[in-house]
Amino acid sequence: MPEQSNEALIQVRGLFKVFGADPTSILPQVKDGQSKDAILAATGHTVGLNNINLDIHRGEIFVIMGLSGSGKSTLIRHFNRLIEPTDGRITVEGTDVVSLNTKELEQFRRHKMSMVFQHFGLMPHRTVIENVAYGLMVQGVDKAARTKKAREWLDAVGLAGYEEQYPSQLSGGQQQRVGLARALCTDADILLMDEAFSALDPLIRSEMQDQLIALQERLRKTIIFITHDLDEALRIGDTIAILKDGELSQVGRPVDILLHPADAYVEAFVRDVNRARVLTADVVMQPPVCRLTTENLNEALKQMRGEGKDYGYVFDGDDDYKGIITRELIEDEIDKPGINAELCELAEETPTVQPDTSLEEILPTSLEQPYPVPVVCEDGDFRGVVSRKTMVSVLAGADNGDEKSAAERP
Amino acid sequence: MTTESWLTKFPEMERASLVAIRKGLDNAYRDFSRAWGESIEAVFDPLLMFLVWLEKLLLTSPWWLVLAAIVALVYGASRSWRLSLGVVVAFLLIGYFGMWENTMRTMSIITVCTLLSIALGVPIGIAMARSDRARSVITPILDIMQTMPAFVYLIPVVMLLGIGKVPGVIAVVIYAIPPVIRLTNLGIRLVDKEVLEAAAAYGATPWQRLAGVQLPLAMPTIMAGINQTIMMALSMVVIASMIGVKGLGQPVLKSITNQYFTMGLFNGLAIVALAITFDRVSQAYARRTQRHLKGGNDA
Repeated sequence: MPEQSNEALIQVRGLFKVFGADPTSILPQVKDGQSKDAILAATGHTVGLNNINLDIHRGEIFVIMGLSGSGKSTLIRHFNRLIEPTDGRITVEGTDVVSLNTKELEQFRRHKMSMVFQHFGLMPHRTVIENVAYGLMVQGVDKAARTKKAREWLDAVGLAGYEEQYPSQLSGGQQQRVGLARALCTDADILLMDEAFSALDPLIRSEMQDQLIALQERLRKTIIFITHDLDEALRIGDTIAILKDGELSQVGRPVDILLHPADAYVEAFVRDVNRARVLTADVVMQPPVCRLTTENLNEALKQMRGEGKDYGYVFDGDDDYKGIITRELIEDEIDKPGINAELCELAEETPTVQPDTSLEEILPTSLEQPYPVPVVCEDGDFRGVVSRKTMVSVLAGADNGDEKSAAERP
Repeated sequence: MTTESWLTKFPEMERASLVAIRKGLDNAYRDFSRAWGESIEAVFDPLLMFLVWLEKLLLTSPWWLVLAAIVALVYGASRSWRLSLGVVVAFLLIGYFGMWENTMRTMSIITVCTLLSIALGVPIGIAMARSDRARSVITPILDIMQTMPAFVYLIPVVMLLGIGKVPGVIAVVIYAIPPVIRLTNLGIRLVDKEVLEAAAAYGATPWQRLAGVQLPLAMPTIMAGINQTIMMALSMVVIASMIGVKGLGQPVLKSITNQYFTMGLFNGLAIVALAITFDRVSQAYARRTQRHLKGGNDA
């Protein structure tokens, strides 16, 4: 795990949760490293969380992923202390959450964190607008002000006009939008989302994911997102933590998890993922083999021969990418009588892709092209190339050296 | 000659010591009621005053005014003309058969008992829902209250407070309060855990959670409890009449002892009419508030 404790917004250190009659008495055994099953058999206590350490940074979507029973819902409820830890420390912006008293905890929940629930957690006896304004009502904001604000957020999630409906009159997707609007309405910096989209059908789910990503572009909240769906985790997560039986298996960027699973458990998860959809050009691209910056045709030819390639990527004096050129083309030009054209003029403009293009989209381009596809930013900055060979090896899941070096590039 | 052994005969307590226990307890209670009876009676004075006031109000007001008030209440609670009309017909028949005064007396005592049961039962039910310890203490007490024959607890109540309205009210409340306590507890415990968690996650205080989430969501169940409480209070009317509670119970009691079949039937039917009125009105009210709260698909 990277040690970035200085800047982390939320720090979790040595968090343990044991369920049972006398959790603290069991703690030494858990810390000794006895297995969950052994402790359950011997003492009747269930180890919910075992030595969790996390750093969550401001503005990121931090996904905690695990199957049911892995402790992920228990873990997220520790951030706002809906569940009390047995041992450990949780610090949010320097505040030790565990040591807050009842009044301080209420204030903390009102202003620092809000939460979205799997089954929405809406109040069936309040209208949609009252539900959205609930957080503000609890804070004691007067009715006119809170209704006005709730209306804005309802609008932001695309539910304007539903103000006076009751939750039972809305579809699942709409109800969760209300849940999201309610969470955003308190202006809390941190958003806890407990399997927020799991109860929705696939089409609505991906719609909600898009909406969340779009809102996040604008709001830059710190989001802790729980899910059991790896595709969802890879899609929205900036960082993913994988939880198994109350212990962290791996914490890392989506690409790291996909390409370098830490253990057999994560690997089994990753196996079924559609890599072509998740991986992007910047992950698999490599530095171009033959980078031609010279104007001189003969020099270019010499460089190509030296590197044993019959094509090259041409750049002008300002280091801007111009196109691909082949040895044949240069040789023909040299053989022509009269003044030779410049290298830049000869270079052939071929399709390029952007760093965030998914492999799925690159695939057709790459098949049409005889040469590795150049990766170029919107501003014209040349980043690298994606060869067919790399793509095949990454998509096939072969963990060879090439791929490793590609993925580890910053 | 067979020798008595614990194998052939249950090893009973000595008759003399059993008598001593009875006497001891009886005397102790008698002494207690003599010493404290009056001051305990004084505690119930406000209740008695209210009871007398309500009964007088119902009896001295002109019958058509009372009927109009009842119909207004029925319509206000149920918003149903059919039900209101049924109530008018039932009360006109009751009055025509000469049972108006007794019906008013019974209605006043039932109203007081119901209000008292709600005022005591809902908070007890809340306490039960909030703490498992409270529940484990209160549940067996409720079991006793519901199964102990009413006559048995009438004895100490009468010894302590004599015969009259207040002991009647106490006996009725003891018998009728368990449903509202049990169902308040149940209703609160059944509130969706996630909704409650949501309230907590947004920083709601325990009071905000109770008043804003738990009670409103438990209301349908609590209303069912109140409905049951009213029904049970009405069924106690005859027994309460044994300790001097005037109303529809007394003629029924009289007809049992004198074998007046028709008189018993008429008064019994009047009790049934009251019961149905209370039941339909409280249920219609509960349904109406519930539909409003839940939104419903027909809205």
